[in-house]
Amino acid sequence: MNLDHFLTAVTPFNLCLALFGVAAGTIVGSIPGLTATMALAVLVPITFSMDPASALILLGAIYTGALYGGAYAAILLNTPGTPSAIATTFDGYPMAKRGDGDLAVALACFASVCGGLIGAFALLLLAPPLSKVALAFGPVEYFWLSVFGLSLIASLSTGNLMKGLAGGAFGMILSTVGVAEISADIRLTFGSQTLISGFGVVGTLIGLYCIPVLIDLVAVPDRHLKVEKDVKSVRIGEAFGLAMRSKFNLIRSSIIGTLVGILPGAGGSVAGLVAYSEVKRGAKPHQKFGEGEPDGIMAVESANNATVGGGFIPTLVLGIPGTPPDAIVLGALLVQGVRTGPTMFQQSGSIVYTFIYGLIIATIMMLPAGLLIGRYAYKSIVTIPKAVLVPAVGFMTIIGTFAIRNSISDVVIMLCLGVFGWVVARFGFAASPIVLGLILGPIAEQGFVQGWTIGAATNNLTGMFFGRPISQGIIAFTLITLVLPVFMARRRAKATEGATE
Amino acid sequence: MLRRTILKVGAAMALVTSLATVASAELSGPVNYVIPFGPGGESDISARMQQPFFKEKFGQDLVVSYQPGGGGAVGWASLNGLSSDGQTIMGVNLPHIVIKPAQKDVGFKTEDLNIFHMFHFTPDAIVVTADSPYQTLEDLVADAKANPGQVTISGSGKASANHLAQIKFDKMTGAMTTYVPFKGTGAAVTALLGKQVKAEWGYTTVGAAQGDAVRMLAVAMEERHPLFPDVPTFKELGYDMVGGAYRGIALPNTASDETTKMWSDMISAVNADEAFRQKMLDAGFALLDVDAAGMDAFMAERKEEYLKDAREAGLIK
Repeated sequence: MNLDHFLTAVTPFNLCLALFGVAAGTIVGSIPGLTATMALAVLVPITFSMDPASALILLGAIYTGALYGGAYAAILLNTPGTPSAIATTFDGYPMAKRGDGDLAVALACFASVCGGLIGAFALLLLAPPLSKVALAFGPVEYFWLSVFGLSLIASLSTGNLMKGLAGGAFGMILSTVGVAEISADIRLTFGSQTLISGFGVVGTLIGLYCIPVLIDLVAVPDRHLKVEKDVKSVRIGEAFGLAMRSKFNLIRSSIIGTLVGILPGAGGSVAGLVAYSEVKRGAKPHQKFGEGEPDGIMAVESANNATVGGGFIPTLVLGIPGTPPDAIVLGALLVQGVRTGPTMFQQSGSIVYTFIYGLIIATIMMLPAGLLIGRYAYKSIVTIPKAVLVPAVGFMTIIGTFAIRNSISDVVIMLCLGVFGWVVARFGFAASPIVLGLILGPIAEQGFVQGWTIGAATNNLTGMFFGRPISQGIIAFTLITLVLPVFMARRRAKATEGATE
Repeated sequence: MLRRTILKVGAAMALVTSLATVASAELSGPVNYVIPFGPGGESDISARMQQPFFKEKFGQDLVVSYQPGGGGAVGWASLNGLSSDGQTIMGVNLPHIVIKPAQKDVGFKTEDLNIFHMFHFTPDAIVVTADSPYQTLEDLVADAKANPGQVTISGSGKASANHLAQIKFDKMTGAMTTYVPFKGTGAAVTALLGKQVKAEWGYTTVGAAQGDAVRMLAVAMEERHPLFPDVPTFKELGYDMVGGAYRGIALPNTASDETTKMWSDMISAVNADEAFRQKMLDAGFALLDVDAAGMDAFMAERKEEYLKDAREAGLIK
């Protein structure tokens, strides 16, 4: 970690790669179905003909850009471009609907850069000690973490708790369809070959979020998003002011994102949700989360970009990839002959540090590139007539779903889920709890089975599930999340009662 | 006499032309190399290892894509419906392709797969952390015998290579360990390093990736792995265990014999490259050279052994 590595990282060639990578990643990430994993997998062979550090900078830049790009579709179309952007839809789409889409996109950009930088600096300065977090999390901790994540449904669906929980339960049932990840049992397929592959997260995401939006676009005559008469070309200054006022929120969310990113298997979607529920918990009276609150977007976008740096901590220090894109970078390193693992920072230090500096540079590049692309994306989505927008987006959802694993049955499942999602939305069931259940269900199930197996073998089931300090901490958080909304609602009810008397 | 000579020459010429057509089966562009798992696993990494050598020898890119689902079943069930022009190939894994169809109808049968090369395997190994009280394999076996069921061992998946190895080893030693299945080798190793379990049923690749952080107690090879000259084989310690997870590549079964032969020869050529072999060994893999001609015999032998083990373990009926 010295100036040499920094200078290696800032050669003109590497700077160009970082800029190109961020721009390409942003575009890929903004299209639902096209993921960072896919883009990286195709580009890895380039690393063979390039100097390893440059190639890694390119890969890291694409990954960072893709996580930010996921926010565009979330804000402008109510469809998360990547699972990490699920919680971005909560406030992003309402903002866009009332004509503040450009502001929301700019906010997402500032937040992503902030989160990306904090995550990358954690990787640069604190990687070895922070990697211990990954090891401290055993099966039971993952079980409780996902229970905590599911309890967020309660906090996300105030006033609609039962419907939220029903949606979450439905998502968990969907997650059990197909071949079980660890027991290899085939469940709930009713003899169908199509269902063996189960419900993929990305396909379900596209179906449940995007299709209802498309149906609504066709069903109502209004414009897609409200456009203010005097379209201000950029609202960067306003966004920057808002971001500066929410410094505390940004930093806290970035730290949450970094820590959740370190846990292999948790990922950006969980990080975004935890950060969102934290900022919502501390809401001031004038803030209306879920109706277009800028702080909501900033919390989610800073947290999910912080998982990039966080995720590389176990990848580089322990040789254990946190997310699928991390796994691809790890594979590229192995082919280069770079030994990951405990000794890597000493033995292959120059490549690693050049890569980390490259990641930081790419994150900074995201500021101009992201604002520019964001403005363009906003303008085109707003000005394109509906008759073009709907078929274009519809076409992209089908291509995107098909591209996940070249499967036409995935597309059929996606479309069916979409219509289903539209119908149940009429009855007040939102898409987010279902997708949350689908993502968290398998984590909870695996953690429970593994924890139970180990606990039963050592004759210490109670101690296994309730006696470990980290578990106890997560259980406490879960209880707070579950009880607080009920308590608050009751107090509010009492207050209004008092007022009417 | 003359006529016979002419016939012979004619036959020879026919043979030469047919050989020439064999040689003329060739690639027309980048190859789609489907891995029926997610990225980062042993299947992905070994495919990545092949990429640069293949490009160098045959001038075409191997483009790796992932088609995960059903523990590989989704990919294999779709393989024979893909184009058979030789531009699409798919990774196959043992014991998965034997055990899965034997358990339930998963949309493909082992015999349906047109496997043209098995190029490596990852030998089974018992891995413990560097500071584990188990210095030798005997320490672990003794503990497992003294405290039946209390020795917890993580591994990747159920009815998998790791799980079969655990069942087989328990039977051999008479000890009783508890197998804890995880989603992939990465998660199983995390559980080991975090001391959630006492040992891991993994592969030699785990020893290579984790270096000084772990200790392998024994490896399931005929001879010691060149990367780990100090780690004994199970055989040396008196347990007849050789095996692991085998990986190869298949074409759709509608591919012509020429295409199959071409691919078998190409992957054999990559496997024969000394630099490739060294890279694979350095990452902890063990090489295997079963080409299309030897595949039937190899598969028959593996299949018999896996089915016997799985049946005894109660994994299949």
